[in-house]
Amino acid sequence: MRVLAAMSGGVDSAVAAARAVDAGHDVVGVHLALSRMPGTLRTGSRGCCTIEDSRDAWRACDILGIPYYVWDFSERFKEDVVDDFIAEYAAGRTPNPCMRCNERIKFAALLEKALALGFDAVCTGHYATVLRDADGNPELHRAADWAKDQSYVLGVLTHEQLEHSMFPLAATPSKAEVRAEAERRGLSVANKPDSHDICFIPDGDTRGWLEERIELTEGDVVDVDGERIGSHPGANAFTVGQRRGLKLGTPAADGKPRFVLEIRPKQNEVVVGPEQLLAIDELRGIKVSWAGVPISEVRSGEEFDCTAQVRAHGDPVDARASVEVDDDGAQQLVVRLVEPMRGVAPGQTVVLYQGTRVLGQATIDSARSALRPDPVSVQA
Amino acid sequence: MPVYVDHAATTPISAPALAALTQEISRGGNPSSLHGSGRRARRSVEDARERVAAAAGAHASEVVFTSGGTEADNLAVKGLYWARRSADARHTRIICSTVEHHAVQDAVEWLERHEGAEVLWLPVDETGLVSLDALRAALADGTDRTALVTVMWANNEVGTVQPIGEIVAEAARYGVPVHSDAVQAFGSIPVSFADSGLATMAVTAHKIGGPVGVGALLVGRGVTLTPVQHGGGQERDIRSGTLDSAGIAAFAAAAEDAVARLDVEAPRVAALRDRLIEGVCREVPEAVLRGVGHPAARWSRLPGNAHFTFPGCEGDSLLFLLDLAGIESSTGSACSAGVPRPSHVLLAMGLSEDEARGAQRFSLGHTSTDDDVAAVVGAIGEAYRRARAAGMAGHASTIRTAGTGSSS
Repeated sequence: MRVLAAMSGGVDSAVAAARAVDAGHDVVGVHLALSRMPGTLRTGSRGCCTIEDSRDAWRACDILGIPYYVWDFSERFKEDVVDDFIAEYAAGRTPNPCMRCNERIKFAALLEKALALGFDAVCTGHYATVLRDADGNPELHRAADWAKDQSYVLGVLTHEQLEHSMFPLAATPSKAEVRAEAERRGLSVANKPDSHDICFIPDGDTRGWLEERIELTEGDVVDVDGERIGSHPGANAFTVGQRRGLKLGTPAADGKPRFVLEIRPKQNEVVVGPEQLLAIDELRGIKVSWAGVPISEVRSGEEFDCTAQVRAHGDPVDARASVEVDDDGAQQLVVRLVEPMRGVAPGQTVVLYQGTRVLGQATIDSARSALRPDPVSVQA
Repeated sequence: MPVYVDHAATTPISAPALAALTQEISRGGNPSSLHGSGRRARRSVEDARERVAAAAGAHASEVVFTSGGTEADNLAVKGLYWARRSADARHTRIICSTVEHHAVQDAVEWLERHEGAEVLWLPVDETGLVSLDALRAALADGTDRTALVTVMWANNEVGTVQPIGEIVAEAARYGVPVHSDAVQAFGSIPVSFADSGLATMAVTAHKIGGPVGVGALLVGRGVTLTPVQHGGGQERDIRSGTLDSAGIAAFAAAAEDAVARLDVEAPRVAALRDRLIEGVCREVPEAVLRGVGHPAARWSRLPGNAHFTFPGCEGDSLLFLLDLAGIESSTGSACSAGVPRPSHVLLAMGLSEDEARGAQRFSLGHTSTDDDVAAVVGAIGEAYRRARAAGMAGHASTIRTAGTGSSS
């Protein structure tokens, strides 16, 4: 196969490309330029678009003996990922930019260009597994190493995207093995630190970065009954589940700490309340997609057992889900959690699994606590 | 063997240059030393200086060896600016073309940012030719303020040859020195430093069959330059640093060889270039030849240069597809960390950013053959069609995703 290896300059993508070469594929390395003004040198473990990262990727390709190119997706990245990230926060939602990048950049813009240029697949250093069912259709599964598993951020991939995706690190028992393999192969990135943060926020201060880009207006902090109990510098600066930084002078009647339960950007209100109200029993999701061929219950509308995960390294919880179709023909996902789950915010992605298999995902539109009459929702 | 059509980037070393390089590098010696080894190395360097001077139509004392074209351009632009400003504090203006190589353009912009220079950028027409009217107007505006004029002899991207004689004549009326980056011109077309009347002229070895890492700035005997690089006082105190006697010997051998064969080689390469242009336009009628139109008058376009834009294509997609087909070409413009940017030269010629993104430069040289041309012509059609299909994938996508409406 003609394989395009997306090379970030990190150890995972370098080893993934090396394995694709070993498997006998015709591999070309491509580094995605996602920023118009890359910093010249990486500082600490952050960032993934510096000139140093580009050089690291280049060096890895030279060692592997494969061609190397840089493709400029900075405009697309700004529109589809960075601007979207800001807009989502401004609307009171909590987006996942890495997921958005996978959906729109790596497995859309990049994949499309690759296919047009004659490639068969895009290979990345993600820890996830693509299996084939009896009919040869692709299924997305968790990686062998659950600690490193990245199937959550790939949960947004569709059948068409999975058809052309290759994740050679799928069966690796641990990250340490990948580093050892890089060392053995003479790849100088073997000991390069992992990147954890959002790549376009180089100092890792997401809050400070957002505050420079979103206009904040002072507003009210209210309790679940709508009573005003304080003020805030701007509702968009808060996240559901947040406890610190509320600066409420008077303690709650029961003396227990209060948490952000809900952001209401239209009213510029932050709703706070006791911890138990953070426990969510039911989610509704929009922008639904299925990772491969949907299971039969999706079409029949029947409820099915699954596990639900709402953040990259969160634990999956048992759930029952069903699909409803609205008047416009769009799917909505209803997920009833067997055990209530904390820290669920509109804008987050819920990914559904059966065992290790990723079924699909949706963007959380509303979340309901059995202890509150109205669901928490942010209108788009 | 890949087909190499990127001679403007660097051209294979010529046999005389390789022989001189290996012979001299095995001998060693510092040309500044006073003992026997030093005297021997010095003899080699000074022989080379005379040969480079002869090849460039200059006097031996006018040759200042450098590490290459970029250093020569920096030394000329900064050295002339500082020297002229020292002589008269009003001399702070630089008149510069909009199609210069980055070695000149970025040096000029640096002086603007850090040294109080005021820059007048000379526009070019759609073929890349500098406007003489604009030059006259710029010189006439504040006659005692211009520190220098800098216009390249021939453009590295589109191959357009500038009217250096006329530019120097205009500047001479105001006593303004002119620098020219002749890196692409020297060895490809007739170039005479003495006849040109230039104050300074940059040349380099590796574009004419010499090794990478050596070049020269020709500095007229009456010209004062403020040094950029300080140290042991070599090269008339203008450019310090131990001389690379092996590189210099090879440079001289390459220059002598290229200039001696120019009368035969330039028409041979130009004929190949014309066949390449005709073949590409036949295979891809949408392709647009940039620079001077075809057929180009003698010496109006570099003999080895063929530059096109391919509508609807990204230049780097074309480069990539041609590379896979075993053809080594270039988008023609510099990049940082490999990120392609629309060429400032093409934008200056009036192209839109989208047009400029589809650029591909084929440059021929002393090893080029009919077979090379045939290979390019044979591959360009398929590469164009694929690149066009890949289109501007960086700008729009048709893959349906979760957020753009794919469900079940």
